[in-house]
Parts: sequence; C-alpha cells; structure tokens
Amino acid sequence: MSETTATLRKTALNAAHRAHKAKMVDFGGWDMPVEYSGLVSEHMAVRTGVGLFDVSHMGDIQFRGPGSLAAIQRLCMNDASKLAVGQAHYSAMLQPDGTFVDDVVVHKLSDNDYLIVINAGTREKDIQWVRKQVGHMPGVHISDYSDHYTQLAIQGPKAAETLAKLTDADLSTIKNYWFTWGKMCGLYNVMIARTGYTGEDGFEIYIPSDEPTSARVWNEVLGAGAEFGIVPCGLGSRNTLRLESAMALYGHEISDTINVFEAGLGRYAKLDLAAKGDFVGRDALVAVEDAGGPKRKLVGLEMIERGIGRDGYSVCTVGGEKIGEITSGSPAPFLKKNIALAYVPAQYAGIDEVVAVEIRGQLVKAKVVPTPFYKKPKKSL
Amino acid sequence: MAYPAGCKYTKEHEWISVIGLAGTVGITDYAQSSLGDIVFVELPKVGDAVEAGKIFGSVESVKAVSDLYSPVSGTVTAVNEDLKDAPEKVNADANNTWMLKLDLKDKAELDTLLSAADYEKFVSEETGH
Repeated sequence: MSETTATLRKTALNAAHRAHKAKMVDFGGWDMPVEYSGLVSEHMAVRTGVGLFDVSHMGDIQFRGPGSLAAIQRLCMNDASKLAVGQAHYSAMLQPDGTFVDDVVVHKLSDNDYLIVINAGTREKDIQWVRKQVGHMPGVHISDYSDHYTQLAIQGPKAAETLAKLTDADLSTIKNYWFTWGKMCGLYNVMIARTGYTGEDGFEIYIPSDEPTSARVWNEVLGAGAEFGIVPCGLGSRNTLRLESAMALYGHEISDTINVFEAGLGRYAKLDLAAKGDFVGRDALVAVEDAGGPKRKLVGLEMIERGIGRDGYSVCTVGGEKIGEITSGSPAPFLKKNIALAYVPAQYAGIDEVVAVEIRGQLVKAKVVPTPFYKKPKKSL
Repeated sequence: MAYPAGCKYTKEHEWISVIGLAGTVGITDYAQSSLGDIVFVELPKVGDAVEAGKIFGSVESVKAVSDLYSPVSGTVTAVNEDLKDAPEKVNADANNTWMLKLDLKDKAELDTLLSAADYEKFVSEETGH
C-alpha cells in the first residue's frame, strides 16, 4: 500500500486533510479525502447548513484568442455563443459516435477567453482530445491550467453567508451558473462561481495552488462557516449529494459507451446547425434522434423492498430476466431511502414501473421514480 | 484503538468472545471505522449452522457492503434484533455491540484465530502505519 501511495497525486491541501483526520482514498490516481467526521453528517451539513470540499483535482483548460468560441463550439455540444461574459453552462465533449469524452462546465471569461472545467480522472485524455480536435484551428491558444488552481466548493444553504464574510464581491447579484471576480481572503481577482455538484446553492472558487495560500483560505472558510456548523466534506458525501440530485458522474452514468440521449442530457445538445454549427458527435446524435430516440434510458430507482442496489448490480424484470445495470446506487442520507440510477430498455423506463435489483443472488423490488430524487426547496420571499 | 484482550479476532475483522461453548460475535472497531456510517446489517436465523471462515451475513455502510465471516463453526442461538432498526450502534461501540451468539462446534478452532495483540499488529500492517 505504501508503494502505491507514493505514486498518487496530491492536491495542495493534502496535509490539511490529514490534519483534519480525513480517511484518504485513491480516487482516479489522486490521494483524496473520502470522509472526515462521517459521510452522513457531512451530507446533512450541506443540505441544512454548509460544507467545504477540496475539488482541486478537477482540471481546467483555458482557450484564448479570437478563435476560442469557434473551437469551443466545435468541441462541445452546448451552444457557447449564448453565453454572456460571466456566465457558465453545463456541456460535454463527445466522441464522433455521440458518446462522452467528458462532461464539462464552460465559463465565458471574456469575448475571446473561455475556461472549461473537466473531470480529474480524465484530465490527460481530455487535454489530448482537445488538442487533437481543435488545436489546429486558427486564432486559439489552449493552455492546461489544471495544476494552477486550488478549487474549493462551498456548498449549502449557508454557503452565501459564509463566503460573504470573506469577500468584497456582491454575491447577491451572482445568479446560478454565473460567476464574478472579487477580493477574497486578501487575494485579488479570485474567480467566484455560483456552481456546484451537490444540488444545493453554493460556490466554487479558484485560488492559486501553492500550499500556504491554499491552506490559509481553506482554514479561513472553515472559520467563517463555524457559526453555521460548517464541516470539511469528502468525496463520499460529494457522491451521495450528487446522486440525490441525479447529476451524472463520468465513468458511471456517462462514458464512451453511452450516448447523450441515453443519459437524458439531450437538452444540453444543440443540434440546430444554423444556430450552433457542427460539432464532434453531432451527426451521430441526429441519427439517434431520427431513429426515434434511444433504445435504453437512464432512470431513477427507489428500492421498495429491503436492500441497497449498488454500482454494477443487475436490474431485472420482476421475473428475474436481466434488463440493465445500476450505474450509481446508495442509501440517500437526506431522503432516507435507497436510491439508484440505472440503464434500462425504454419500455421499462416509465414512472412507477416495478423492476427488481439482483442483490447477492436475491431479487429485491424497486420502482422507477422521477429524477432528481432531491430538489432544493425554493426560497420563500 | 483498543481491542479487548479477552476476545479472539479474524483477519476479516470479526471478534469473538467465548464462555464455555457459548460464543458471541461482532465486528472490530477498525471494521466499523473503515466502513463508515452503517445502515444495514444482514444476519442469519436462529438455528442456522455457520462455518468457520465462511460468510454468515453482511454489513452495509452508505458507501460499501462487506461480508461477515464466521470466526468458528457452530449453531446460531441468537441474533441481535436491535440492529434491524439501529445499525448505527455498531459505529458507536463496535466492541460491545454483538451481532450473533452461537454454540461452538469445536473449541479448537479458536486456536487458529488472532489474539488482540496479533490483530492490532495485523491492522497496523494492513493500513501501512
């Protein structure tokens, strides 16, 4: 175990995590905290108060120059021409067959300047893909800034109040999926985005990745959130939070064998040629659409008998015939139900359809339910 | 992390305490800590036979499922019904939260198990510190 540990990549906050007695795991080659005080208490802190995540393992690719928009449009399925400066959106880079290279968040920094945030486990593959697909296009300079930023996610209904104590930026003017730059913890021009992966209000901030700065800001956020019961949160609760919110995870709900329509993410694929233009994977998606839609679909399952469906478990008819597989499954700490996302043939994807999950040789009943499983309460005025 | 000296331990992280031929089985503090928040404990029925080194049930946390291995062979005389509604008791006090009571078939099987000191050493080697 000590031999493999030596080769794991570390974020600038590795020592801070260990000081907080985090349980560390190998996550896609990264030595990352899976939990500190406990997965359930961290999950609940984000749903009811505020939690702090180190997500510095995420990658960042910047596009600069007058050809940036054209490159992003060629590379990603959403229509980046619709973005205003200071706005971000969910998108994805696709294989020519309409399956996923990775899902990304595209940020428009200025008219000729975009930042895309990519997954940790796919960083090298992504940057190679980007250079291969659009590196030759005129007027675009592509930089891999993944190691330049420490990325912190401050998430939960008390995230804004926590962050407001540390920055001069007016957070009330930042809408969901918009961002700004402000002074934070004495650092100038920190990018502050109202984004996240928890289904809760929250922010992701991008600060320099040197260890002293990273640790200082980490501790200042924990100090600012103390009155709201802030806790450091690991990848364990990050996973259960995103699962309750039915957000896709690369390698699970999306991969290079699953297409955009199967994953239920068609609303982010802009196929109107006149409006957006061509992009890698578009032809394949048009063909799927012409063929009447996908044959299998991602559905939400709720266990109705005792048992927990987990990643990779088979989904069967109640008679026991295998029809699909769970991509992510877990107890849902806030909802207090056992939930899962699974691929099943379209004829089994209707709400209230009863299926069975094979759990260690036993068929345990589950039903198809609407997603997201959890929706954050609307703010009352 | 303390492991009671009066118990014997498996490399799969179960403990057993024995009086006469009556054994009581649970999981170790190391096991509950590795699993995290426990949400489900699946146990056999009273009267079922269990076999040394074989799976007798499972314990699930939010993030993982783990099989339970019987330290010895025997017949189940009681299962801890409290764990159906309160599996988190295992997290709170693994050393004193039993899962299973059984009548031992062969007391000599205990000699193949680890002492508290050996188990502690085994765990420290497994975690690498």
